[in-house]
Amino acid sequence: MNRTTLRVAAPAALALTLALGLSACGASNEGGSDSGSDSSLSGTLNGAGASSQEAAVDAWTAAFQTANSDVTVNYDPAGSGAGREQFIAGGVDFAGSDAYLDDDELAQAKERCNGPVVEVPTYVSPIAVIYNLDGVDDLQLSPATIGGIFEGKITKWDDAAIKADNPDATLPDTDITPVHRSDDSGTTKNFTAYLDAASGGSWTGGEVETWPIKGGEAAQGTSGVVQSVANGSGTIGYADESQAGDLDKAKVKVGTEYTEVTPEAAAKVLDTAKQVEGRDATDIALDIDRKTEESGVYPIVLVSYMIGCESYDDAAKADLVKGWLEYVTSEEGQKEAADKAGSAPLTSEFSGKVAEAVKSIKAAS
Amino acid sequence: MTSQLAPEPAKARRTPTRPGDRVFFGISFGAALVILLTLAGVAIFLTAEGIPGVTASADQVKSGLSFPAYVGPLVYGTLLAAVIALVLAVPVAIGVALFISHFSPRRLSSVFGYVIDLLAAVPSVVYGAWGIIFLAPTIVPFYRWLYDNLGFIPLFAGPPSATGSTILTAGIVLAIMVLPIVTAICREIFLQTPRLHQEAALALGATRWEMVRMAVFPYARSGIVSASMLGLGRALGETMAVAMVLSPALVVTPNLISSTNPNTIASNIALSFPEASGLTVNALIASGLVLFVITFAVNFAARAIVDRRKDFSGAN
Repeated sequence: MNRTTLRVAAPAALALTLALGLSACGASNEGGSDSGSDSSLSGTLNGAGASSQEAAVDAWTAAFQTANSDVTVNYDPAGSGAGREQFIAGGVDFAGSDAYLDDDELAQAKERCNGPVVEVPTYVSPIAVIYNLDGVDDLQLSPATIGGIFEGKITKWDDAAIKADNPDATLPDTDITPVHRSDDSGTTKNFTAYLDAASGGSWTGGEVETWPIKGGEAAQGTSGVVQSVANGSGTIGYADESQAGDLDKAKVKVGTEYTEVTPEAAAKVLDTAKQVEGRDATDIALDIDRKTEESGVYPIVLVSYMIGCESYDDAAKADLVKGWLEYVTSEEGQKEAADKAGSAPLTSEFSGKVAEAVKSIKAAS
Repeated sequence: MTSQLAPEPAKARRTPTRPGDRVFFGISFGAALVILLTLAGVAIFLTAEGIPGVTASADQVKSGLSFPAYVGPLVYGTLLAAVIALVLAVPVAIGVALFISHFSPRRLSSVFGYVIDLLAAVPSVVYGAWGIIFLAPTIVPFYRWLYDNLGFIPLFAGPPSATGSTILTAGIVLAIMVLPIVTAICREIFLQTPRLHQEAALALGATRWEMVRMAVFPYARSGIVSASMLGLGRALGETMAVAMVLSPALVVTPNLISSTNPNTIASNIALSFPEASGLTVNALIASGLVLFVITFAVNFAARAIVDRRKDFSGAN
C-alpha cells in the first residue's frame, strides 16, 4: 500500500516542487540577488533503508538542502531489508543498506533500473568493544578471547585467556556479564561477522542479525547496551564507537599488535577489503577482510551502502541522485558525517574509486 | 377504569417515532457498530497475515524455529510478566483504595486519589526509561541478597543479573503501571458499599477492619476481580517499558533474577519488527494474534467471574 501511494505521490510532489522551484528561480533572477542557490538541482529525493545511517543522512540532508535550496531529501530509516525491498519495487529513488545486494536482489534491482546498479559504501562506523570493570582501563583482547567471552565460555575477568592478552594488568575475580542487542541489528551482524571470521572457532554463533546465544545480558538498541554496560560491573558489550560515551573501549588484537578503535583505523578496512567479483564497475560491493593482519587497521566496522540506479528515466531525477551521492561521498560530506554522526570518513584513495562510480549516473537515453 | 387505561397503548406507540430519538439511535448504533467492525477488521488482518507465519517451516523464518517452538516461550514470558505485575500490584492497590475510601481524612483522600490518577497519565516510555536508568541498577544488591539467602527456591536460582534487567524488574515496572487502574476501580467500588451494611456491622460491635472484611470486601469482590483483569489486560499488552527494561532470550525458565529471561510477545514484536522481512513478519503478526486471543480469553474469564458473582453483590 505504501509503495503505491508513494508511486502516485512522488511524481506529484516532484511536479509541485519543480513548479515552485522554477518560480523561485525566476524571482531571484529578477531581483538580481543570489538568494537562490547556484545549483541547477531541484525536486524531491526519496530514500529508505538502514537506520544505522540515519544520523549521517540527517546531517547530509541538512547540508545538501542548504546548498541546493530547491531540493528536498526524505529518508525513511525503515531498516536495511525494507530499504532494499522498496528500492527494488521502485518505491524509492535510493536505498541505504548495511549489506550489499545479494545476487537475487541484484538481478531484481537491475530489472528495476533497466541497467546497472550503483552501489557505493557511504558510511563506515567503527564498532567498539566497551566494558566496565573497576581498576582496568586499558584492556586488550584478541579475537579468540572476545569470541569466548560472548559465547559464554570465558566467565571470569581473571581467566587465563584474558591474562595472556593483558600481561601487565591486575584483573579482578569478577564475573563477566556480556551485553548484546535484544533487537535485530546491523551492528550485531557486523560484530558476529567479525567473531565468525576472526575468533578461530571460539565463537560458534555464525554471522547473524539476531543474537544466537542464550545467556548473557540483552538490551534494546545501542543506547540500551551502553546503558546496561554502564549500569553493571564486570560488563562488556559492543556499540557504535560514537555512542560509547565515557565507557572504556578495549584494544583489539590485529596481527601481532593491539589496535585502538579510531575512525582512521576503521576507514583503513576499506583499503584491505576485497571487491566482490563479477559485478559492474559501478557496483562497489565489499567483502571486508575481518582477519586482516595489517597493523593499524581496526576490523570491527559496520559498512553501510547507498544503492541507486545508473540511469533514471527522468533527467532531473538522475541529476538529483548524482548530486546527492556526489555530495555524500565527497570529502566535505564525509567530514560532515564524521562530525555529526561519528562515522569514519572514506580514505582519499578509496573515495576516488567511489567518485568514479557515482559519476556514471545519467538520464536514460 | 378500563376506559382510563385505553390511551396508554397509543402513547407508547407515539414515543419511538420522534425524530430526535431516531437520530440519536442511529448515532449510538453506528458508534457501536464501528467498534465491532474495527475489532473484526483487526482479527481478520491478524489471521490473514498470520497464517503464512504459522505454517512457515523452520528454515524460512529468521528464528530458525517452528512457530509453536517460537511462540511458546513468548506466551510463557507474557503471562509470567503479567502475573508478577498483578501479584505485586493488586494487594497494594486494594490497600491504597481502602485507605482512600475508608481510612484517610477526607482532604488527604482527594489528594491521594489525584496522585494515583496522575500515575496513569505517565507515558510508558517514561516508565521504561525510569526502569532501565534508575530501578534496574538500584535493585541489583536486592537480587544478590535474594540469590544468597533464597537461592534454593527455583524463582531465585540466579546467577543474579549484574545490571538488574530481569523479568522481575520488568514485572515491578508493570506493577507500577497497572496500579492506578486497579486502584481507581477498587476505590469507586469500595465507596459504593451501602452505608447501611457498614453501619450494621459497626453496630454489631465490629472493629473497622472487621467491618471492612464483613461488609466491604464481600460486596466488592467481583469489582476487585474485574479491576484486576483490566490491569492484567494492560500488563499483557505493554510493549515499550518491557522492551526497554528486559534482557530477553528465547527461553522458558522460572528464574526471575538472572540475565536470561523469557521475552513477552509485545516486546518481541517491537524489537524484531524493524529488521524483519518476508515470512518472519508473518510469524511476528501470528504471535500478535496469539496475544489477541490471550487478551480475549482473559476478558471473557473476567466477565464470567463477574457474572457468576453478581447475584451476591450490588456492584452492577
